[in-house]
Amino acid sequence: MRFVDEFRDPEAIGRARDEIRRLADPKRHYRIMEVCGGHTHAIFRFGLKDLLPDNVELIHGPGCPVCVLPMGRIDDGVEVARQPGVIFAAFGDMMRVPGAHGSPLEHKARGLDVRIVYSPLDALKLARNNPDRHVMFFAIGFETTAPSTALTIMRARDEGITNFSVFCNHVTIIPPIKAILDSPDMRLDGFLGPGHVSTVIGCEPYEWIASREGLPIVVSGFEPLDLLQSLVMLLRQLQEGTARVENQYARVVPWEGNRAALRAIAEVFELRPFFEWRGLGFISQSALRLREEYATWDTERRFKVPGVRVTDPKAAQCGEVLKGVLKPSQCKLFGRECTPEHPVGALMVSSEGSCAAYYNYEHRKQAAREASLV
Amino acid sequence: MTAPDERATSGPAVRFRDPQIEMAHGAGGIASRRLIDSLIAPLLLGSRARGLADAAELPGDGAALVMTADGFVVTPLTFNGGSIGELAINGTVNDLVVSGAIPIAITVTLVLEAGLPTAVLEAELRAMALAAAKAGVPIIGGDTKVVDHGKADQMYISTAGVGRQFPNIRLGSTEVRVGDRILLSGPIGDHGITILLARGELDLEADLRSDTRSVLPMVQPLLEALGPAVHWMRDPTRGGVASALNELALDTGLGITITEESLPIRPAVRGACELLGLDPLHIANEGQFLAVIAPEAADRALAVVRAAPGGKEARFIGEVGVEPAAAVLSVSSYGGTRIIDMLVGDPLPRIC
Repeated sequence: MRFVDEFRDPEAIGRARDEIRRLADPKRHYRIMEVCGGHTHAIFRFGLKDLLPDNVELIHGPGCPVCVLPMGRIDDGVEVARQPGVIFAAFGDMMRVPGAHGSPLEHKARGLDVRIVYSPLDALKLARNNPDRHVMFFAIGFETTAPSTALTIMRARDEGITNFSVFCNHVTIIPPIKAILDSPDMRLDGFLGPGHVSTVIGCEPYEWIASREGLPIVVSGFEPLDLLQSLVMLLRQLQEGTARVENQYARVVPWEGNRAALRAIAEVFELRPFFEWRGLGFISQSALRLREEYATWDTERRFKVPGVRVTDPKAAQCGEVLKGVLKPSQCKLFGRECTPEHPVGALMVSSEGSCAAYYNYEHRKQAAREASLV
Repeated sequence: MTAPDERATSGPAVRFRDPQIEMAHGAGGIASRRLIDSLIAPLLLGSRARGLADAAELPGDGAALVMTADGFVVTPLTFNGGSIGELAINGTVNDLVVSGAIPIAITVTLVLEAGLPTAVLEAELRAMALAAAKAGVPIIGGDTKVVDHGKADQMYISTAGVGRQFPNIRLGSTEVRVGDRILLSGPIGDHGITILLARGELDLEADLRSDTRSVLPMVQPLLEALGPAVHWMRDPTRGGVASALNELALDTGLGITITEESLPIRPAVRGACELLGLDPLHIANEGQFLAVIAPEAADRALAVVRAAPGGKEARFIGEVGVEPAAAVLSVSSYGGTRIIDMLVGDPLPRIC
């Protein structure tokens, strides 16, 4: 398969692995955060940790939109969907995310009209085909998915479709990175920058990480060779003692971003003064809502949304894991009360969450390794 | 007459704690196994519940008969390469065949939703008759029920099948040894991805067909040629190859290692899975089988299956070892490893 196989070539991967081992100073310990949940998933899926020396540690960051969504937002969405005639439409990613009283999938099994869609336009099509119903699209994602939601809302306006609204949970990537760097218990040596988000926002928004925080950041693709090459680039910068923004994923990410997509976001959305992130708490100017001009398509303006707040169980240490202070397996609930099938914390929900990835691909491997040592 | 409270509490205590049945309990993964192991089997099968397979030998002296039951609920009813009727017959046949039995008879129960067009029913009956004829097994009876419109989704099919145990073989997790090789009959994921695309919710098109077929033409020569050197078989339907191999690992306590690159996957299936964030190992198949073969007979087994009709693409995908205990490990060509877990819930596409 083109654009896949050449980035999984064993020989090239072997060379990158050797280069990483050559560059990593054995006297140092490197802590590198991959911001994006897609990277977390890829690192585990491809078993890349097996290829890295022990002193190159990957810290899993906050870039999983499903994981950082507070439970109360799901309950709010379900509450709206309970009103007569409403169809709840969302990406498959959302379906297993638990609210206080169950996930959308569980509510579907109990009779709520929940539909999985593959793009916001499919949700709009549902509205067009069901003129006597109201379709609520439960929108999630960073700047990656926000443009397609924006364009769908503009399409609804142009076609005069009013039995359609968006429950907007779009968030932005820079504020949580700031929050993590502001956290006093955090020490990082560099970042693997998010790939998909950067196709929209470009590389410039990361400049402050290099100039103000003095940390190198390399925007990376998602294939094994992408991630290893990005680590080579990071280690080279660390060896030289420089801190720059570099773009490994240039085949997809333009340095200046996608201006048309950014225009669509700016046309339809504005920043919320603050938004709650699961595990990180309230972060100011970190999420999007619909502008007043698009109130007709804004679920939160058209329906009475209860604004439920659900606190995570006290024992769950999602925040510490999300910030990279704890490894998933160091959380008290990991693999016991909290599993992918019965997630307590957010990071166990999506396959991009570090706990679920760690659980699925790593912890039994480790358990087996430990058992064989005994 | 039994008092109602006695009916509700008689029999052994059970460990099943899920408060209600969710879709995941039917998806062939972890939740399915829990439902069966900790609620259905203890209450219905009691002490006979060990080594649960899709079919089981009938109790009684020397009968050597095997029985299976299966249910079919599919949306849409027809799809590229097959339909619910064909699936029902092939699925029943395959459950018997991978238990080491030659099918001898099938019964069919139809649950029909009022309002189902006769033409649809007729087409499915024709498909069933054709599939049964192809597999060489008669349909000998059944039952028909009609429910109110809205109480079922067009039609459901429930089957029972009886087969005669193949002589001189012993299949089961207790027969599996360290060093055994794992044979897969052909490309995986065709059925599941075809169904996903046939639902029309995805704006994706691919030239794909369900692999629904009887595996008897491949398995019969294998068992005839190798006999007891075949140790275990399973058809990797719901939950895919990952779930079937995890069951093997859990039942034996041994470690299954597969090599990622050896998996036969068509480009269209691979592409759809890459795009949707699905793992082909979790996708359903309806015309493939997995067989665990003694190492000294491996080459002969592969030659026999490849020479059989429909077996051209068979290959070995891994082997049985000690580590990782009771788990499945996948190794890539560049040395990365990952644990392959059972499916959790239904496979849902990832977008964001």
